[in-house]
This record gives sequence, structure tokens and C-alpha cells, in this order.
Amino acid sequence: MSTVITTPKAAPKQVSKDDSMVKQKEMMAGHFDRLTDSPQTGKKVCNTFVPGNLNELIMCFDLLNNLPEVNAIQSGLRRQSGAYVLEAEKIGHSEDVCTYVKSDIGMMAKGNIGPNGKRMPDPDVLLLSYTGCFTFMKWFELLREQYKCETIMLHTPYMGDGKITPNMIQYMVKQLKEEVIPKLERVSGVKFDIDRLREYLKKSVKAEDDLVKVLQSAKTKPSPIDAYFGGIYYIGPMFGAFRGTQDAIDYYSFLRAEVEERIAKGLGPVTPDGDMGKEKYRLVVEGPPNYTNFRQFWKMFYDEGAVVVASSYTKVGGVYDLGFRHDPDNPLETLAEYCLGVYTNRNLPQRIDMLANYINEYEADGLLINSIKSCNSFSAGQLLIMREVEKRTGKPAAFVESDLVDPRYFSAANIKNRLESYFQMVEQKRAGAAAAA
Amino acid sequence: MAASLNGGSKVAGIVARAQALFDDLSFTTAREWKAASPERKVIGYMPIYVPRELIHAAGMLPLGVVGGGDSLEVIHGDAYYQSYICRIPRSTIELGVSGRLDFVDGMLFPSICDVIRNLSGMWKMMFPHVYVRYFDVPQNYKDEIGGNYYIQELVELKEALAELRGKPITDDELRHSIAVYNENRRLVRDLYAFRAQKPWQTPASEIYLLMRAGLVLPVEEHTVMLRDYLAAVAVEERPRRDNCRVVLTGVFCEQPPLNLIKSLELAGCYVVDDDLQLVTRWLTSDCPVEGDPLRNLALAFLHHSESTAAKYEPDLAEKGQHLVRAVKRTNAEGVIFACPSFCDPALLDRPMLQHVLKAANIPFIAFKYAENSGQMQPIREQAGTFADSIKLWSAA
Repeated sequence: MSTVITTPKAAPKQVSKDDSMVKQKEMMAGHFDRLTDSPQTGKKVCNTFVPGNLNELIMCFDLLNNLPEVNAIQSGLRRQSGAYVLEAEKIGHSEDVCTYVKSDIGMMAKGNIGPNGKRMPDPDVLLLSYTGCFTFMKWFELLREQYKCETIMLHTPYMGDGKITPNMIQYMVKQLKEEVIPKLERVSGVKFDIDRLREYLKKSVKAEDDLVKVLQSAKTKPSPIDAYFGGIYYIGPMFGAFRGTQDAIDYYSFLRAEVEERIAKGLGPVTPDGDMGKEKYRLVVEGPPNYTNFRQFWKMFYDEGAVVVASSYTKVGGVYDLGFRHDPDNPLETLAEYCLGVYTNRNLPQRIDMLANYINEYEADGLLINSIKSCNSFSAGQLLIMREVEKRTGKPAAFVESDLVDPRYFSAANIKNRLESYFQMVEQKRAGAAAAA
Repeated sequence: MAASLNGGSKVAGIVARAQALFDDLSFTTAREWKAASPERKVIGYMPIYVPRELIHAAGMLPLGVVGGGDSLEVIHGDAYYQSYICRIPRSTIELGVSGRLDFVDGMLFPSICDVIRNLSGMWKMMFPHVYVRYFDVPQNYKDEIGGNYYIQELVELKEALAELRGKPITDDELRHSIAVYNENRRLVRDLYAFRAQKPWQTPASEIYLLMRAGLVLPVEEHTVMLRDYLAAVAVEERPRRDNCRVVLTGVFCEQPPLNLIKSLELAGCYVVDDDLQLVTRWLTSDCPVEGDPLRNLALAFLHHSESTAAKYEPDLAEKGQHLVRAVKRTNAEGVIFACPSFCDPALLDRPMLQHVLKAANIPFIAFKYAENSGQMQPIREQAGTFADSIKLWSAA
């Protein structure tokens, strides 16, 4: 007979959250409830993507916005995506392809249960905003095969030459007028009202202004925010289902006030373990984070006193800090310009310019790239980006690898080692610079 | 190999020439073409499709660049890519940094996937003296929406090429080039139709080499090569084997090693259709010569072009039907999905295509490869088992 020794379970550690984070989580939870309650409320659902998310337009048709990437992120944060990815691979999807897609497909295969524990609704329409990522097209073809619902393609041309041409805008506006809007009218039964769109766009601008203030607060020393790990919470409402709403205006106004208060008090970011303490390293990060080990990943930074002052990932849903604002006076053209300008629709030289500028403007110590195994849109070319940014800024860069929502590709020890070496490199650079001065 | 099999026949001579072009990673023929006259320029392009007529109309040589294959040692290219990215961009970079493409005046990167898309930006930075264009195509197939957009894209490309050569490209020059490429595409279609009828006469490896020759030769020369091959192969007696007939799909970008194609036939599969070198037959019927040439090219793209993973299929009922039609048209008995590792378009499309084939009761197998895959035994075994099982089912 064997003896089973049990140890008392430790009480779960209290996670620190600032008030804005609590508010943001309530907003997101409320939206998931609206989605899962839609069969009862009769609300129709439009699935679409974060880059090229036309939330203001979707709201014109009283549709609920459902973002499969966000669902995959939620599955990752809840440690459910690993099983979903395996399920998708079991039914024939390659181990090589995007894990957002496989998490979504696997989630459907396992009952499509959302983060609130209720079944996610089937979409009434798939708005395929094909912006900055080839995989999106295949993803919604796969979903269309499953749901057999109306699927609307909105093709956003790529900024191959680093500029938006009149031809691109005309093409997109024509698609909006002749394809997207008529089909959304048909699915929703709601007639399009351009003045309603203008009103939503006016609201977007207010929230966008405050978001930019928050993101640019990281220029302060110490930075009051972490613009990558914390930034992901900040962009949630803007990139999701809230842009163009009063809720978003209220949230970003609240967040801005909170951040300004931290600046006034000389405080750094709030981390899950409380205030970060002394800011030792200021970094710019390129690439999405890993979501299956999100807190563990973040902890590797704040334990070392490293704060991310700017990141490219928080620009996949719009580059507001570069000056873009939705323009209510040109409602369809502004939607086109928004889609065209998102980070992943920019060519490599533009991405390099942006990252190098961030390092200079935010007085960062260097660039860190988190290269995502299953995201070619971000990852292809990152090694050149790293070398080029290093060359232009003279600041050290480092490279770590993980995946979005596939836990098999998160190796904590490897990443920690790389980060520790990187911080040593930053110290050496500083010492060298001090000696030369 | 083909030359030795066929002794000193005319077919063997043509295939030997195509093989030599295939083996030449310095693109000697294209270099010699350019060196013949100081005003000549060469424009490289990657898979899947660019309108080569525009390049030809500018008096330039379109040069297909499809990676380095299995004989190129990639030394520098690997430093630009993580291990989980396919091989074609790294071997293409290798071709660039090793000077093998130093005679190329421009590079076009078509809209096919995020990797090739991002490579366009890398090329801009790495080779700043070269004209580089990401060549976008519409995913909307309505004349007044996608068509108008595409016409303007063609105008921009035409103007850029005109600037490179120093004088405008006329409509008559374009019409002539469309006619030249129509003729070439007709012969490619004839060759594919002939192979579907008599695959034992036209081994897949030979057809592949002939199509590869079309990427590096002036189109007029390639047309002659195709015509000569068709005439010669029709009268040469070749052994007919008890092979099954398959459609090969997924091979539209990164190239399978030549040995892989040969292995399929050695394993008992006649390839009767494929999506290799789609650029050589992208337009499925003649592009009209009369009228506005850019509009004609645009409408041909919208309404008469191949289906492939990089194109959006707006109609769910039509998804994958091109493969079913290919099977029926060629009397194929099965489909082989051969996809490059880490190829998003091919691998994301594959499950949908397989569902369509399953519904149509068409057997299939699938495997992955890289352009430098060396071990063919597992593929040969898999293809051999597939061929055997098809024969067993057919007999039942």
C-alpha cells in the first residue's frame, strides 16, 4: 500500500490591477456576454479581424462584432488553446500554420465555448477584412466552409511602395459602396445611414486622441506604462468592439487620467505583482507576445526592471500615434485609409523607420524582437529589421522566439537566458558610452 | 538522365537543353541575352503570376526566379530567416547576395503570401539600385471594382518599365506581346493536353524542365522549343507502364526537387496535371489582341485565370472545383498534395480542397517537401502505396 502525501494548496497570489484594467475587463466581459446572449436577444453577429476592423460601420447595421483573433487570445490566456490547436491538427490542419486559426477551428470542434463559459454564437456574416495578413483570407474561407454564411471580402492592397495611392483608396471605397454595405444591409435588414457612421467616427476620434496620449506617456522617465504587456490591455477596446462608442470615450478618458496621475507621482507601470519598482531598461518591442505564458513572459521583464516604452504590436489595429485619425467628413475614405495604414500592411522599410524612430523618440536602450513561429506577416524579415535598426540607432537588439497561442513553442528557460544576456549587453553598451564620454 | 534514356533522339536533345538551363544557377542564357545589346534589361519575377507581356513589350526579358533548388548551398540566406520560414526566400536571397542576379534590373514580387510580400521590402533595402515592385492583384473580380483597380496597377507597372527603358510603351507593342504570349500559352496547353492523353510519352520531369526553360528563355525561343518537343515526342516510341494517373497540386511556389517529380513516376504515378509554373498558363484562354491591351489583360485575369490558393474564391460552391475538374478533364484517378513546409497558402488551403475531393470520391495523399529535400524514399513509398491502392480499387 502506498502512502499519498498531499501538500496544502497555497492560496492564489493576488494579482495587482489598476482601476483602468478592471474597467477594461468589465467592458470585454460585457461584450462576450452580449455575444453569447445573442441567440436570445436576436442580435446578429459579424465576425471580422482586428487589422481592418470596421467597428463603426458594423455598428451602423446593429451587428455585434466578434473577433476570432481575440477569442484565440482569450483561449491562450486561459491555457485552453493548446488543446484546441491539437484538435485542429487532428482533423487535418498542418502543424506549420497559424495557431490563431487552429485555436479557433479547434475551439469550434470542441463546442465553441467562449471565455465566459457559454457557447459562442455562429456568425451571420463574415466580413473578411483582408488587411496585412494573407492567412486571414484562408481563415475565413475555412470558417465559411463551416458556417456557410454570407462572406464579404474587403481587399486592402498592401503598401508595397510605402505609400497610399489614390487608386488604392478608390478601390477600397468602391468595395465598401458596392459590395460591403449592400451585403451588410441585406444580412442585417438595416438600411445604411452615412450620418450615423459620421457620428460613430466622431466618437472614435475622441478616444483615439486619449489613446495616443496614453501611449506617448511612455516618453516620460520613468515610464508610467508598459506599452507592450500593459499596452495590450489599453488597445483592447480600441481594436475590438468599442471604437466609436461612448464606452470607449469614457474608458480612454479614465485611463488617461490614471496615467497622468502616475506621471505626477513619478510612478512606473503597474504589473501583476504590483508597482514595478526602479526602471532600469527601456525597450522597444517588435512582434506579438506569447499568450499562453503571458504573465510569466512579462515577469521576465519587470523582474529585471525592464519596461517596454513602445511596441509595434499595439499598432496592428491602427497607427494613431503616427497621426492617423478617423475623419467624419470623409467617412468611407477614412475607413479605407485606416485599413491601409495598419502596421502589418506597411512595408519593411516603413516598419524599420517606425521602430528606429521609437528608439530615438522614447530614448530606449534597444530593440527586442519576439518572433512568432506561426505569424509570417510579422516574422518574415525580422532578422533584417533587427540588423537595420541596430545599425541606424547604434542601440543593441535581441531576438527571442515563441508563438501566439501554442504552448509547445514557449521555452521559458531559453527566453529568460536570452533576455538576461541582452540586459548585460545593454549594460556593457552603457558602460562603453560612459567611458567614451 | 532523360537524355541518356533516349539516346541521341531529338527529344533527348531538347530535354538536355532544358536540363542545362535548369542546372545553370548563374542564368548564363539570360546574361548572354542582355549582353547582346546595351539597351537590353532583365526583369526578374517570383511565383505565381506577373503579366510578362508588359515586360516583353518594353523590350525586356522576363526572368522567372523560383529559388535555388537542391543544388544551391545556402550560406547567407539562412541568416535572414528563422527556421520556421519556408526555403524559397532564403535561397532567393542567396541568389541575390551571391551575385547570381547582379545583371537583373528589376524584381517583381507578386501577391502570393506574407513571406514573398515582405521579401519585396527586404529586396528594396538590400538591392537599392534595382527597381523593385510588390505586384498586387485584385481579390475582387468585378470589372468596375477589381478590374479598374488592376488596370491602374498595370498602368503604374507599364510606366515604371517605360521609365527604365527611357521611352513609353505603346499599345501596339503591348498587343504584339499579348499575341506572342498567346501563342506560347496555346502550346503549353497543347503540351498539357497531350500529356493527359499519353503520359507515358511525356514524363512529368520532362514537362517540368520544359516549363522551367520558359522562365529563363525569351518567349519566342521557348515557343520554338515547345513546338519542336511536341512534334518530336509524338513520333518517338516510349514504353507504356502500368502506372496510375494523378494530379499533382500545392507545388505552385517553392519548387519540389526534380528528383521528387521523378520519384513519383518511378513509384507508379503518371502526373497528368499539376500546378507547377502556373505563370506559363495562368491565363486559361487567349487574351484578346484588339482593343485596349491593359483592359484586355485585366479582364483576362479576372475571368479567365487559374484558381490557386493565393486567390480568393468568392463562391463557396466553387471552392476546390478546379481540382475536381482537373481530375475529370485528365481522367486522373487521384490527387497528390505536395506542399512546401511552412507554406501558408498551400497548407491552409489543403483541408478545404481535401473535403471537396472527399465529397467527389477522389482519393488523395499528402506530404510536405522543401526545395532541398534529399530523401525521396519515404515519398516514393507513400506514392507507391497510393498507386497500388488505386489499382486495387479500380480492379474491384
